[in-house]
Amino acid sequence: MNVTKQPKTLVLKGGTIVDPLTKKSYPGDVLIKDGKIAGVGEVMADKSATVIDCSGKIVTHGFCDIHVHFREPGREDKETLSTGSRAAIAGGFTCVCVMPNTTPPLDSPETIRYTVEKAENLPVYVHPIGAVTKGQKGKELTEMAAMKREGAVAFSDDGVPISDATVMRLALDYGKMVGAPVINHSEDVGLRNDGLMNEGAFSTKLGLPGNPDIAESTMVNRDIEIAKIAGSNLHIPHTSTQKSVEHIRRMKKQNIHITAEVTPHHLYFTDADLVTYDTNLKVAPPVRSADDKKALIAGLKDGTIDCIATDHAPHTIEDKEKTFDLAPFGMIGLESCFGAVNKVLVKESGWDVESLISAMTVNPRRIMGFETDLFSIGTKAEITVLDTTIEWRFTEEDIYSRSKNSPYVGRTLVGKPQLTLSKGMMAEIG
Amino acid sequence: MLKQRHLLGLEGYPAEDIQTIIDTAFGFREVLDRPIKKVPSLQGKTIVNLFYENSTRTRISFELAQKRLSADTVNFSASTSSLKKGESFKDTAQNIEAMKIDAIVMRHPSPGASLHMTKHVDAIVINAGDGTHEHPTQAILDMMSIQEKFGKIKGLKIGIIGDISHSRVALSNIHGLIAMGAEVTLCGPPTLIPPNIEELGVNVSYNVDEVLDWADAVNVLRIQMERMGIGLFPSIREYRNLFGITTERLQNHEKEIVIMHPGPMNRGTEIDSSVADSKNAIILDQVLNGVASRMAILYLLLGGKQLEV
Repeated sequence: MNVTKQPKTLVLKGGTIVDPLTKKSYPGDVLIKDGKIAGVGEVMADKSATVIDCSGKIVTHGFCDIHVHFREPGREDKETLSTGSRAAIAGGFTCVCVMPNTTPPLDSPETIRYTVEKAENLPVYVHPIGAVTKGQKGKELTEMAAMKREGAVAFSDDGVPISDATVMRLALDYGKMVGAPVINHSEDVGLRNDGLMNEGAFSTKLGLPGNPDIAESTMVNRDIEIAKIAGSNLHIPHTSTQKSVEHIRRMKKQNIHITAEVTPHHLYFTDADLVTYDTNLKVAPPVRSADDKKALIAGLKDGTIDCIATDHAPHTIEDKEKTFDLAPFGMIGLESCFGAVNKVLVKESGWDVESLISAMTVNPRRIMGFETDLFSIGTKAEITVLDTTIEWRFTEEDIYSRSKNSPYVGRTLVGKPQLTLSKGMMAEIG
Repeated sequence: MLKQRHLLGLEGYPAEDIQTIIDTAFGFREVLDRPIKKVPSLQGKTIVNLFYENSTRTRISFELAQKRLSADTVNFSASTSSLKKGESFKDTAQNIEAMKIDAIVMRHPSPGASLHMTKHVDAIVINAGDGTHEHPTQAILDMMSIQEKFGKIKGLKIGIIGDISHSRVALSNIHGLIAMGAEVTLCGPPTLIPPNIEELGVNVSYNVDEVLDWADAVNVLRIQMERMGIGLFPSIREYRNLFGITTERLQNHEKEIVIMHPGPMNRGTEIDSSVADSKNAIILDQVLNGVASRMAILYLLLGGKQLEV
């Protein structure tokens, strides 16, 4: 990957433009001047313009990932805002939201400010998500309004479920005034019962304690019911089970304003893949059964699930080389994201690539209240150029994260970002 | 020769290889009945017994098997080793490997640990119990004992009684017995039966008397008191009433049922002393067959010299 300053005038020529806002695709060029969109479709460029041939490629909005862990401050040996940003841009992302489970956690206006300032000069937009409760302890609400003012775009104790339903209700009530989504890591800690993988025939065969699907779905249902009363924005992260999809679908039919995401790994893997005890597949919530995977794909297709988010969670090699029970939960996912979801959703499940791109661009931006019309003239260019048909083997060389804990290494993915334009920078991924 | 290089578990293990091990073990069983109980089969081979978890009988059984085969053995247990100083699994593995050893017999509290070990070393790995996953050598000695008693395994009805959820013995027995053509019924409180276990081809019953009526032999598992503390069963009294293999209970059954137990036993809890010591119990045969089975496994995996029996 080669990251340089964007040329003063740039033409992305001869590609297929996919506007995820309208889900329309058409042949055309994109003109970028001084880092801003200057024309989309038929464009007029002077001779001095740098021209990049995009024929056979899709030119679209830069991806937005509303769920990543960049580990800074505290675990800079795993990832930093800077290394994480490189992973993002390599995956075609121009915008990420970082979760607050750092050390210390992002639970104050000061720590939010720190993150915003630290990320200012990075090549992608980095928005902090603030903790819902002080110290992520699930008891006292944080100063959500002040944190929002400093740049927090949402609130979550991600990694730690908000077990006390009253605290969840207070957070949703208060969050309504603040005007930011509240994201709860939906797992009933009791039902989860220290499970290390999905409960079922595979956990039984592997002798690993199982985490049942109801650990998630009962909590999702609880949160939705509370959100209904509170009338506020609940966002459900990393939806992993068929039952959760059904709860969300039912509530959306009643026009309750909730949103949901799914990770690439819950769409790609199933619990059958754990037979090798690959610690890179140890993740919370766990990858589920083949039926759950099918339901998640169907949920994305019918709009029950709004968007894809990677839950990019870097861990050191030392941590992941431990035995399965001791290895930490989580996998990285930014660099492999498009190749994985495009393979599962478009190639194998027949979804249209326009809808997939919407689930990675417009939909997540809408959830967070970001600008969604990135092709309008004058907008700072956030653009990704995709080759959607290339079949390629994902290797460690493709990883720009400081950590290499990816279960995709050695697997063949379909589709790859070729070029990412963001914040005046240009990444040629190759 | 066996098809798999390591012995990590019996899931998917070829039935003909299980039979080969058992047949070879009967050969070694004769050696054990001799006045001089030693053969030179594994002379010059070095085996490390790597025990991350306490074990008395399995470790002694392996060590005896190794000595009877004239292998050089080193014992390495968690309480005396650098593990206490926080050395990583990988470093321990690579250090042992660097000392040029031929095989590692390994017990570890983590499921999958022996498979994990094979990724770090070239030595042959034998799983002597990995958490709640498998304990294949125990299942092989159990099957050898069944064959010794009945002359066959195929078509027999075997009950496994107790805490199935936390038992590596149960899981290996299930895979092995099903592969060998036996019928298996698991019996215990529903809280100690793992989810979807029927998919392995077994029956499940919560009524021990029904199982005793049905079975040719029952393998009685040790019940661990710490499971009581987290509500998996309410009390020893209740467990014993419902699942204990008691003298009274056996008296209600006409036919003779062969009683097995992998040890260590809680006499008076899951099994009565009088049952454990009765003529129908083959518990001590299991122990002796354990040495013979492990000799056979080591011999077959380490490619020893011609069996001189």
